[in-house]
This record gives sequence, C-alpha cells and structure tokens, in this order.
Amino acid sequence: MAIWLTENSKIIVQGMTGGEGTKHTRRMLAAGVNVVGGVNARKAGVTHEGLPVFGTVKEAMEQTGADVSVVFVPPAHTKAAVREAIDAEIPLCVVITEGVPVHDTTEFWAYAVSKGNKTRIIGPNCPGIASPGASNAGIIPADITTKGRVGLVSKSGTLTYQLMYELRDIGFSTCVGIGGDPVIGTTHIDALQAFQDDPETDAIVMIGEIGGDAEERAAAYIDEHVTKPVVAYVAGFTAPEGKTMGHAGAIVSGSAGTAQAKKEALEKVGVRVGRTPSETARLMRELMS
Amino acid sequence: MDLFEHQAKELFAEYGIAVPRGIVAHTADEARAAAEQLTGRVVVKAQVKTGGRGKAGGVKVADDAADAYDKATRILGMDIKGHTVHKVLIEEASQIAEEYYFSFLLDRANRTFLAICSASGGMDIEEVAHTAPEKVAKVPVSPLTGVDRARAREIAVAGGLPQQALDGAAELIEKLWAVFVDEDASLVEVNPMILSADGQVKALDGKVTLDDNADFRQAEHVTYVDKAAEDPLEARAKEKHLNYVKLDGDVGIIGNGAGLVMSTLDVVAYAGEEFPGRPKPANFLDIGGGASAEVMANGLEIILSDPSVKSVFVNVFGGITACDAVANGIVSAFKLLESRGEQVTHPLVVRLDGNNAALGRQILADAALPRVELVDTMDEAAKRAAELAAVGA
Repeated sequence: MAIWLTENSKIIVQGMTGGEGTKHTRRMLAAGVNVVGGVNARKAGVTHEGLPVFGTVKEAMEQTGADVSVVFVPPAHTKAAVREAIDAEIPLCVVITEGVPVHDTTEFWAYAVSKGNKTRIIGPNCPGIASPGASNAGIIPADITTKGRVGLVSKSGTLTYQLMYELRDIGFSTCVGIGGDPVIGTTHIDALQAFQDDPETDAIVMIGEIGGDAEERAAAYIDEHVTKPVVAYVAGFTAPEGKTMGHAGAIVSGSAGTAQAKKEALEKVGVRVGRTPSETARLMRELMS
Repeated sequence: MDLFEHQAKELFAEYGIAVPRGIVAHTADEARAAAEQLTGRVVVKAQVKTGGRGKAGGVKVADDAADAYDKATRILGMDIKGHTVHKVLIEEASQIAEEYYFSFLLDRANRTFLAICSASGGMDIEEVAHTAPEKVAKVPVSPLTGVDRARAREIAVAGGLPQQALDGAAELIEKLWAVFVDEDASLVEVNPMILSADGQVKALDGKVTLDDNADFRQAEHVTYVDKAAEDPLEARAKEKHLNYVKLDGDVGIIGNGAGLVMSTLDVVAYAGEEFPGRPKPANFLDIGGGASAEVMANGLEIILSDPSVKSVFVNVFGGITACDAVANGIVSAFKLLESRGEQVTHPLVVRLDGNNAALGRQILADAALPRVELVDTMDEAAKRAAELAAVGA
C-alpha cells in the first residue's frame, strides 16, 4: 500500500498533446506507469503517444476507468481544466502547472469544497506524486529511489529529489510534492494524516519553506495526531523579508512566515529538524536503523 | 508586486471609488505647483512601499503652496525603513469626521478570501486586532459568490460602522471587491477609509498587492513597475528571464529548483559561520529545469558582474535535468563568456548529483577549466565555496 497512488491507479493526462504534456507522458510510459489516455477538447479522437485522446475528463474516465488526472494545461486554462476534473469526480487530480493566478486556484479550491471534495487536488506548481515500484503521476523521476517504508511530503520539487536520493537505499512508500504556491489543494497535514494511517509507512520526512503558516499548523497536527516519527527540513533561513524566492508562496511578510518560526514550532512538538538536507537524511537514517 | 499609494488611488478612481484629488511631485517645485493647482490646505505624503510613514515624519499638512514647497523639501530624499523617498503625493486636505479600516486579502491558511473591517481605523490594525479583537470583523468571502452591495453592507455592519456611514461604505466596499478580482490583487487595503465632514465615505490611503502570476492577462500592470527602485543586477537578470534575487553576501549561488536554491543559501550561510569574515550567499538564482549553456552563461555573467562576489557555488540535482547537460552548459558558458571578452577569474565550486551525475562530472574533469572544482556533496561544496570566499581567492 502507498497513499493516494497505487499500482492499480489508471492515469489520464489533461494537456497531453502540448509540449510538457507530451514530454512527461513519454517519461511516465517509459517508467512503466499505467497512463491510459489524454484529454484535449480540440483533439478528441486522435491517438497521441500511442494513447487515445478524449474530449472530456468524464468521457476519458468512462472509456478507460481512469481514477487519476495529471494536469499540464497552461496557466490561462488551468482553472477550467481542474473544474472539469472536479465535475467528473475523478478521485485524484495532480496539477503540475506553474504560474497559475492565485484567484484561479482559490476559485477552483472553493469549487471543489462546494462539490463535497470528491476530488483530491495536489498542487498546483508541484512535481506530483510518486509511489516507487507502484506508480508515478507527474514529473518526479521514477528511478531516484526504491520502494520502502518512508513517506515524504514537500513544498519543493528539487528538495524532494535530493531527499529521495539521499535515502534511496532505505526507500519510500510515497513521495508527495504539494507545491510552492500560496494556495494549494493537498496540504502537509493531509499527507501527514494519510501517512499516519498507512500501514506500510513507518516514518515521515516533511519538507517546508518560508511563507504562510502551513508548517506551524502541521506541527500542531503532529503533536495531536501523529505517532510515527517525523523528521523535517525547512528552507529559507537566509531569505530577506518581502522578496519572493522563486516559488510564488515563498515570501516572508513582516515577521510572519520565517523559517526560524517554522523550525521552532516543529522542534517544540518533538520533530527533529535538520540544518541541511543531508543532515535531515542522517536523522531519518538514525531513526530507521 | 506592491503599488505606491498614488498608483493604488489612481486604480481606485478608475473603479469609481471616491479618493481625494491629488498630484504626484518629484521635486519641491513640482510640489508647490501641485499645491497651487489644488488650492487651500494640502497633505504632502511620502511615496514609499512601506508602512509607518506618518510616524517617520513622511506625511505633513501644508497650509499653502509655499508651505508645501518647504514640507516637500524636507520629505523628499528621506529614508523610511530603508526606502528612499523619490516622490510625494500632494493631496487636498480632507475634513475627517471618522476613520475606519477596510481590506480584502488572500487568507492562505483557510484557502479563501477575507474581508477585514473595523470602525477603529487609521492606526495599526494588527495592534487593534491584538488588543481589542472584538472591534475587528474578519469575514470570509467565497470566490464563488463574491461581494454585492447587500453583502458589502453586512460586512460594514459587522465591522461596527455607524448608520450614517453604511451606504457610502457599502458602495466603496463593493467597488473595492471589483478592484480585488478584476485586477488579480492579493491585497487591497484602505486605512483609513474615512467619513468626511460632509458625509462622504472615501479612501484616504490605499495599499494594493498584485499577483505576478496573473501578468499574462493583466497587460497594463507592467506600467506599475518601479524601474528606479530595482536593483540593477535584478533588472538585468529579469531581462534575461532569470529568477534572481540580489542578497548582500559574497558567495554567488546558481542552482536548479526554488527549494534547492533556498536551501543552498542556508547551507552556505551555515558553512560560512566557520570562516573569517563569515561569508554569506550573494544572491538567489534558480536556473530551473532547462539549464542550457545559454542560461548558465547568462547566470554566470550576472553573478560575476556583482563586485561583492568572491566565489561561486553551482549546486545542481539532476531530476529531469541531466547533469551532463549542465556540465556541457558550464563548459560552453566559459567559452561564451570568453567570446564576450570576459574572463572567469573567480573560483567555481560545482556539485552535481542525480540524473547522469557521473557523466557530468567526467565532462567537467576532461574540460579542466581553470578555477573549477568538483565537490561530491552539497554540504562539503558549500563549505569549500565559503572557504574560497573567506580567503578572497
């Protein structure tokens, strides 16, 4: 078992016929992932990368039994694509697209809530989700790590890869990149809860960064609900106030959103926080030995 | 992107929101001319993108044009929390009966929008919210339903605004919602929102933050960019589409992925604590997934033209990016820089891991570039880069 994405997952790609969609569909297929089709209203009926292209998410689900959608649709059309996935009630929608206006994300999130949250949204601006040895939805390289019993949740793509690489011999149940935007679907807390409930996850790595208070709230959640060991890493101690550091959500505003406050909140509830990604990996290694 | 007060008010006026008449002045002479045009008493307001202007002496009332000239002379050139005052807003003085607070903003934690309204305006709202939370109404606003006149009135009532201000406030709030949505803002704040002596509700101040991600559908927002305040290196990087932020240290940083680059800055700062002069990161530069020779060359060029840089740390984890492509990028970047007549005189520490790392390292070893060192791990490489900066190599 892994969380949210398993060997039984059937994946469709919204925006499969575009440049990014094509490139990453090809990579997922090469990694043996069960991609069953794509969606593009203007190219319905054609075959692309050997896969059928459907006009709508609903039709793709009916024809293929797909239960996961990966969205590569450009920012101007991301909101419409995610709303369509929500309307089709697909269980998991992974939004890779970077640069989505925050009004659009806030709106499709409100829409998902109004429809009873039948669709789990991951992202936007995220690398996706990978359950090594089972499936891989998004752009996380499939060959960094092996299957194991550590769960990972992170705001950052490359830091996810770095930790997966450092702990590749121990291996991971599932790695979730939740994205670096100010508003995202799946949160640290959602992933912590799922890993806590997953019988095949023994320990959790949580990676955060400056901006917002998601890490502080995750710390409070860990204190109340998580009994499995958690190690954490927080990026952005040297980030100046008021500057956006690459990710749209990575910004220290006044005294809020600092890395120091996040680290302290996590350490206060007994989470060990590494000073560097490598030290974080060492802390996990100590726990697992 | 944050707007200046005068830009926020110009935007408000476009949406029919009542604001005092005002004119921007860059010199004391312009300030005098503006005051003559407005006639009567005026307010001279420093235009800087930070709070606490009043306390810092950046907002003064002037009785006439000559006084406006004097006040502008004193305010122009002031430093307010690290922001130099390059322009002032000359505005007609308002007859204030009462001061309120109003804002729409993005509530990250609850993933929705929030209206904040209070009859206790004009001062620091965070202070009011702290000492008297019952005086500050925080009302969630769904993007699906928005704010119409009736909803706007409910919010004003929740904020404790008096009967005589409700109609005017509801109109202003409804229009401010249109600004918030139509302009893709993540914050619109009016503090104070005033009730004037003649019973009008007006925006006496304005703060607006726009979402850069929406620039593709907000073509006119580019006109708000404050070119004068941009760091020259950041401006050059932006022209080359590089994700670069200037910092005040001496170790130049290039990496891929926002999280990894942020982490690299931290790791270099920690490593620097051990060395004399405590070297620190000189910049944030994320070259993203592609990392072509051209991107690498442009990035190196920007970093090497920063006079405070003493060493450079290239930190790449190849996920999608293949490390051999990055290594070829570095080699080509050296050639490209040479062809532009520039020599790489600073030491460069390179750490490559992940996709095709061995091949990438081999390419760099074979190229035997002067002053390039390969180090195996991120922590060790950060240490070496800090050490090289400390010895001023």
